[in-house]
Amino acid sequence: MSAWFIALLQALLCVALAPLLVGWVRRVKARLQNRRGAPLLQPYADLHKLMIKETRVAHTASPLFRVAPYIVFVAIWLACATVPLIALDLPTAGIADIIVLVGLLALGRFFLALAGMDVGTAFGGMGASREMLISALAEPALLMAVFTLAMTAHSTSLVGVMEHHLTDGFLLRPSYLFAFGALVLVALAECGRIPVDNPSTHLELTMVHEAMLLEYTGRHLALMEWAAWIKLLLYGVLIVNVFLPWGIATVFTPAALALGLIAVVVKLALLGAALALGETLMAKMRLFRVPGFLNLALLLGLLGLLSHVILEVGA
Amino acid sequence: MSLAVMPLLQQFVVLLAALALFLSFVLLAQTRLVAAIHVFAWQGALVAAVTFTVALTGHAGHLYFSAILTLILKALLIPWMLHRLVRRLGLERHTERLRHPALVVMAGVALVIFSYWLVLPMVEQGLAFTRNIIAVSLALVLIGLLMMVFRHQAVAQVLGFMSMENGLFLAAVSATAGMPLVVELGVAFDLLVAMVLFGVFFFQIRESIDSLDVDRLNRLTEVE
Amino acid sequence: MSDSPLVLALSSLWLALGSSAISLLAGREPRLLRLAAVPLLGLAGTAALVAGLWTLIAETNASAILPLGLPWLPWHVRLDPLSGVFLVLIGLVTGAVGLYGRDYVRHFEGGRESLITLGGFSGLFLAGMLLVVLADDAFVFMIAWEVMSLSSYFLVAFQHEQAANRRAAFLYLLMAHVGGLAILLGFGVLAAFGGGFDFASMRAAELTPLWAGVAFALAFLGFGMKAGLAPLHAWLPEAHPVAPSHISALMSGVMLKVAVYGFIRVVLDLNGEVHWSWGVTLIAVGGLSALVGVLFALVQTDLKRLLAYSSVENLGIVFIALGLALLFQSTGHPNLAALALVAALYHALNHALFKSLLFLGAGAILHSTHERDLDQMGGLLRRMPWTGSFFLIGCLSISALPPFNGFVSEWLIFQSALQAWNLESGVLRSLVPIASAVLALTGALVAATFVKVYGIAFLGQARSRHVRRARPSPKGMWAGQGVLAALCVLFGVLPTQILGLLDPVAEQLLGTGVPQAGANGWLWLTPISAETASYSAPLTILLLALIAGAAIWWFKRRASWRVRRCDPWDCGFAAPTPRMQYSAASFAQPIRRVFALLFLIDEGQEQGADGVTRYRLRIADRARGWLYLPVARAVDSSARQVARLQSGSVRLYLGWTLVTLLVLLWVIS
Repeated sequence: MSAWFIALLQALLCVALAPLLVGWVRRVKARLQNRRGAPLLQPYADLHKLMIKETRVAHTASPLFRVAPYIVFVAIWLACATVPLIALDLPTAGIADIIVLVGLLALGRFFLALAGMDVGTAFGGMGASREMLISALAEPALLMAVFTLAMTAHSTSLVGVMEHHLTDGFLLRPSYLFAFGALVLVALAECGRIPVDNPSTHLELTMVHEAMLLEYTGRHLALMEWAAWIKLLLYGVLIVNVFLPWGIATVFTPAALALGLIAVVVKLALLGAALALGETLMAKMRLFRVPGFLNLALLLGLLGLLSHVILEVGA
Repeated sequence: MSLAVMPLLQQFVVLLAALALFLSFVLLAQTRLVAAIHVFAWQGALVAAVTFTVALTGHAGHLYFSAILTLILKALLIPWMLHRLVRRLGLERHTERLRHPALVVMAGVALVIFSYWLVLPMVEQGLAFTRNIIAVSLALVLIGLLMMVFRHQAVAQVLGFMSMENGLFLAAVSATAGMPLVVELGVAFDLLVAMVLFGVFFFQIRESIDSLDVDRLNRLTEVE
Repeated sequence: MSDSPLVLALSSLWLALGSSAISLLAGREPRLLRLAAVPLLGLAGTAALVAGLWTLIAETNASAILPLGLPWLPWHVRLDPLSGVFLVLIGLVTGAVGLYGRDYVRHFEGGRESLITLGGFSGLFLAGMLLVVLADDAFVFMIAWEVMSLSSYFLVAFQHEQAANRRAAFLYLLMAHVGGLAILLGFGVLAAFGGGFDFASMRAAELTPLWAGVAFALAFLGFGMKAGLAPLHAWLPEAHPVAPSHISALMSGVMLKVAVYGFIRVVLDLNGEVHWSWGVTLIAVGGLSALVGVLFALVQTDLKRLLAYSSVENLGIVFIALGLALLFQSTGHPNLAALALVAALYHALNHALFKSLLFLGAGAILHSTHERDLDQMGGLLRRMPWTGSFFLIGCLSISALPPFNGFVSEWLIFQSALQAWNLESGVLRSLVPIASAVLALTGALVAATFVKVYGIAFLGQARSRHVRRARPSPKGMWAGQGVLAALCVLFGVLPTQILGLLDPVAEQLLGTGVPQAGANGWLWLTPISAETASYSAPLTILLLALIAGAAIWWFKRRASWRVRRCDPWDCGFAAPTPRMQYSAASFAQPIRRVFALLFLIDEGQEQGADGVTRYRLRIADRARGWLYLPVARAVDSSARQVARLQSGSVRLYLGWTLVTLLVLLWVIS
């Protein structure tokens, strides 16, 4: 029973931490660009403001437009809740393995794209079309990286992968290195970060994610934004906890859980700072450069798999 | 041999070899000449690092020497010469469009699998580690050749040729702990001479066909 | 007792024939088609469903010899678990089509097309499919197969006034017969070694590896052609869309699966030993079909054509899974082979459900708007809420999104592909995951395709006047769709039960099932073991509903629950018009550009008769030019050669007869 309780706690923690991560990235980015930037907790205030504001819906919108934010939010939250954040081996991890997780994210994206097309303006369709292009190319790369991990651990469950990594100790696995690279590139593309998409742009012709949200206001917008932040957190946790699982709680004692929390927060803070640095150094690319970028991710995934088969297994 | 039971230094060799393979792919798809030369330099440095690591594990003392030789020659001297050539030919901003980069890269992946299939019959347990590295080296050679097939630009072709040599060297180092020193010196000298000759040739080619696109060499035919 | 399912199945066959017979009277009394023939079709489907379920649950195995056919070769029929699964598949779709068809065929009444053709051949078509599944000797099998092919030819040619439909039907007939020939030769090889045309003696035959390979190749060619695998798929997107929509549903949803059945029957049941290279061939061809199918589906603007291309893709997925099953079976991992086989069957069932659902939805749109072109649609969700909701479920299922059914089967295929580390050969170990990367790419592209379909057709604003005035479809039609939609959800949420039903097939064919899949209780689907992978569809949907409910409840308590309607954002310029929306072609443009290599694109502007310049985009299938036209041309020219015999002179004909007689006498002397 306590395991289910901790699982619930962890699920709530995902939702609570996501705005903090975004605030942190924005803050570091602002500092790197010699701006003062908004306070660390600004995203929470933004969410609150959006929640209490009046919600407006276009005349041309269908019921799907109003349902979509809930589905997007819930699907991504559920996906995030199945990722081990502070403790391994929670019962929620059995609900979904990595492939189901990818599927849940795809469910969210499906409704996001549909919602973009619902009002019937040009921007929504444009955003949806581009989003589906990016996701179509990112998905094989993501699964290739995932398969590399799964072939090593003989399991597609995240818990299995992390446990395998923990028991193996530190090995110089080229496959992990490549899978890491692939996962980082995919995460940048899927979360709509520079160089694939710019989360802070409102320049109409370059938008991808924002174009789909253009018609949303009030609580609907809050849910959509929050969902996007949770997704960023999810990919962050996936990257740090799969490749550097050390520190995560393997037993459910308060001390271990506290250590797990501290470890993941520190790891995420470092990753967030790296993201901010990367976004400061890089420029956004043209849309039709994105396939090349994701091709690189796919190549990394493939090389990860091949180096696993050729160099690591022997036999 | 499974990676989990290898000593750390061997793991390191495996890692470096995998990275060298990755750089071969980057070289294959890199459209900017200057960036490609840098990638080549890094690959040379990786091969030197492999040599150095093998020297650490083995007893062949002369490998230290050949590691340093490789580093100086492939990571510094040849890239520097190429860089200078590119500058003198005014090609710093030259980019070359591959027709279907994704397909070329996939062909490279297929070559990797093919070379693995080729070395599979070497089943002796003791050779497993060597065999896997040889698979990677063979892939380096084949990808270098693939690059020479798909690139039009003469400088890029030279890069492909040089990375083939990297593959051969990697195979030699990991399979037999390096060649005799005399042979290695000879090969190094050959490379240098080749490099000088390439430089001369580039100017000659450009003199006669006004471009370094090797596809235009067919203009040199005497009968119309 | 164990014969009762077989009796039921045979009676469903008679019901189908009865439906066909009643339709003969429809020329005089058109209402008969709607009131008797179509409901009988549904009834036949229900009977087949019950017979199939009975077989699977009781795990019976019944056979009989019918007093029909040749004196030395009476008709053998048999109902085993493999036939049972496909009876269930046929039954589910036909039942729903029976519900739907009653209102759908109504608009053919008073039309120019013959109702006798429609009703008569529909019944024959169903009877043919049922008999293929029940056949227990090659003779019955081929007769049933030809009945199925020929009657569906007449259904494709139903609206034959348009030249394009006639061409499609001819192409279909041609390919069906090339395929049929290959199957016949395949049976010939098996019969030669087995010493008889009944399946029992073929099963007992010991084939040499070479001839087993030949039999496999022939079966793969024949059944693969019928299943629409690339690069022989070009007939499918021509033929399936031009039949009436409920028949398209049967063709895409069911007939392609009958080809899968035939393939499994011949290769896994009759042919005995399998070779690993067969598995690799299947995976390669399946992967190619999946990718080609979905990319061409993505760029279509005709809704029914798009759905037909997506059938190519789904059959590709089924064959990838079958390839995995063969690969694992040949390398001595029967338990993994069982998993892959069950995944293939599961996907076949799922595809039958969601593809029929989508075709019925397309039929409903066609019925209300007389429109198949996506670029004329828009905003249909508000005009046809029921059809729109069911179509959404179909789109979600086909895009393999949890917690719907398509996801479960694709997940199972991924799981069995990831067991590739068990294989000894390193090359296979690396190739199989790459095949699954192709599957992943396909999955994502399918999602893009169906976002496009749903977004363009049902969301946004209507792009033409008659779509703006669309009326909801009649009750019978949405009831048919509703049944299929409910089944899609059910098959997605209760995978352990479905796997339990499919298990006997694996036991029958491979000697081992997948008992571990439901070992941790019905909540958890664990294809290998709980540590390796687990998925809980019931909990997924429960949690999704709970959290969404909680969020809505939380917002509803607050004063700001009501929303205010406003105009969409117009950038401060003129209000957006429907023609400013993204169209089907523009939605697909980025992906079309990335995969440009595959398409033959003719793009430009052209001046219409009214003097207006229009954008022109035609995307052709390369396979057609490479493979089909040469074959068609060869057949055409050889037919012309043969036609020389027909000079019109009676004496010449008699001369030919005399020569033939002499040759024959010389041969037998």
